[in-house]
Amino acid sequence: MNGLNPFVLFAASIFTSNMILANFLGMCSFIAVSKDIKTSLGLGQAVTFVLTFTTVINYLLYRYVLIPMNLEYLRYIVFIISIAAFVQLVEMIVERQLPVLHHALGIFLPLITVNCAILGVSLFMVIRKYSLVQSVAFGFGSGVGWTMAIVALAGLKKRLNESRVPKGLRGAGITLIITGLMALGFMGFSGMVQIS
Amino acid sequence: MNGIVNTVAVMSGITGFLAFILTLARRTVGDYGMVEITINDKKKLEVRGGDSLLSALSSEKIFIPSACGGKGTCGYCKVKVLQGGGAVLPMEEGLVPADEIDEGVRLACQVKLKEPIKIEIPDELFNVREYSAVVRKIEDITPKIKHLVLDIVEGGEIDFKPGQYVQLVAPPYAESDESVQRAYSIASCPDDKGFIELIIGYVEGGICTTYVHKYLKEGDHVNFNGPFGNFFYKDNDREMIMVAAGTGMAPILSILRTMKSSGIKRRCSFFFGAKTRDDLFFLDKMQNLEESLFDFEFVPALSRIGPEDDWEGVRGRVTEPLMKHMDNVENKEAYLCGSPVMIDAIVKLLIEKGMDEKLIYYDKF
Repeated sequence: MNGLNPFVLFAASIFTSNMILANFLGMCSFIAVSKDIKTSLGLGQAVTFVLTFTTVINYLLYRYVLIPMNLEYLRYIVFIISIAAFVQLVEMIVERQLPVLHHALGIFLPLITVNCAILGVSLFMVIRKYSLVQSVAFGFGSGVGWTMAIVALAGLKKRLNESRVPKGLRGAGITLIITGLMALGFMGFSGMVQIS
Repeated sequence: MNGIVNTVAVMSGITGFLAFILTLARRTVGDYGMVEITINDKKKLEVRGGDSLLSALSSEKIFIPSACGGKGTCGYCKVKVLQGGGAVLPMEEGLVPADEIDEGVRLACQVKLKEPIKIEIPDELFNVREYSAVVRKIEDITPKIKHLVLDIVEGGEIDFKPGQYVQLVAPPYAESDESVQRAYSIASCPDDKGFIELIIGYVEGGICTTYVHKYLKEGDHVNFNGPFGNFFYKDNDREMIMVAAGTGMAPILSILRTMKSSGIKRRCSFFFGAKTRDDLFFLDKMQNLEESLFDFEFVPALSRIGPEDDWEGVRGRVTEPLMKHMDNVENKEAYLCGSPVMIDAIVKLLIEKGMDEKLIYYDKF
């Protein structure tokens, strides 16, 4: 067991081990959806929600099904299936209850299924041997960190619309450069706590 | 051996459990049950919920005009929703003006049916039907424009007002993997109920025009629906001024043919704009109409004709002879058909001449 305080873990997963800025996971929707702050926030919430719950589900599956039966090596396929099923469930619920959000997220909600940040968090949890409480803190924190990064990027992109970007860099090029700069900035937090 | 059985059992158990949960969710959260649509306070329909309003109406044989096939990009399928449409989506705000949104106008393709809904649509949309037809004739009348005659199959008949349009359905074909609908004005006379004529110009990269120009052959089956549109012949005794360019001749031709067959005695002039001699068509039909109609004059104008070319008609833009003719706007009404740029320009000129805006009817292509 890893003795980290869940609150420390929560803060670390936002600042020093941010899924996007430190691990570069979940880049596809990060780049594609960051055109508008409102939509980014919506997707960020969806990712946070899915991350928190899939981490819990996967923890329980791993701890109470896979470990007792010595089937740890099945974790990839089990995690992926449970994430896929959960996203599908969330999609149905969002479509019914929050049509505007559902519409804004469009194709991206199903894309969360293969968002590597989500599988990444579940795998980190297993590799780093977190407890249930730690896993929840880590999953939730990673989601918050992901949301923060995408909303920050959307804000920056809004400014970019009004500035002159060299032709060859427009679109994904400048986005990756900005992401790199943000990552450099976040490295400044690395003295706070290290969890890897 | 035991290991394999265990693995398979665990995986099946987990997957089976998740599948069970999802099926349960589909039965509860994903099932919207039957939803009632009330149209214009008189017609009630009972449809399966969860679909878009547009597709639910079309499966009930009520056709709302739509060019993009429900993707929310053309903005044609406007419907007034009085009750129960859910929140307005950001996509609609881009296509429906703010004052119309305040009145409840929505895009039918974006309204999901989840609760009883009350809508208002123009009465004439009840008249809209889906027709299947066979291409009797398809021929080039200019290098870029084709004339089509479509026979409605199985003795079907269409009722329309001269000037209205239909939507032709281009099925998926070699260069397009989706079915699209495009609007084309009817050129034939409403008295001929068993067939319609269309005049279709080629648009570079256009899905439907490419289909018509490169793939459609005589004897082929096509589908169309209609009639739509509020640009049509108005019955009164004002003098008629008609202006069109290119394929915009279609609705005007329909109006002229109607006047001929009904023996209507009104003075009318048709100003037709084209670039070169090659872009002119149906000159014989126009000459025939000039001879048979009560008082009709056809004025073609060519804008790109060299001084050395042989051309007895007007040289330059169609606006010049038109403006000369419109020095007196008394007791005249105008029918315009063409590109938005052309129509906006002519409407502006006519209003400057003192014409009442209400007497200018137009159809922007």
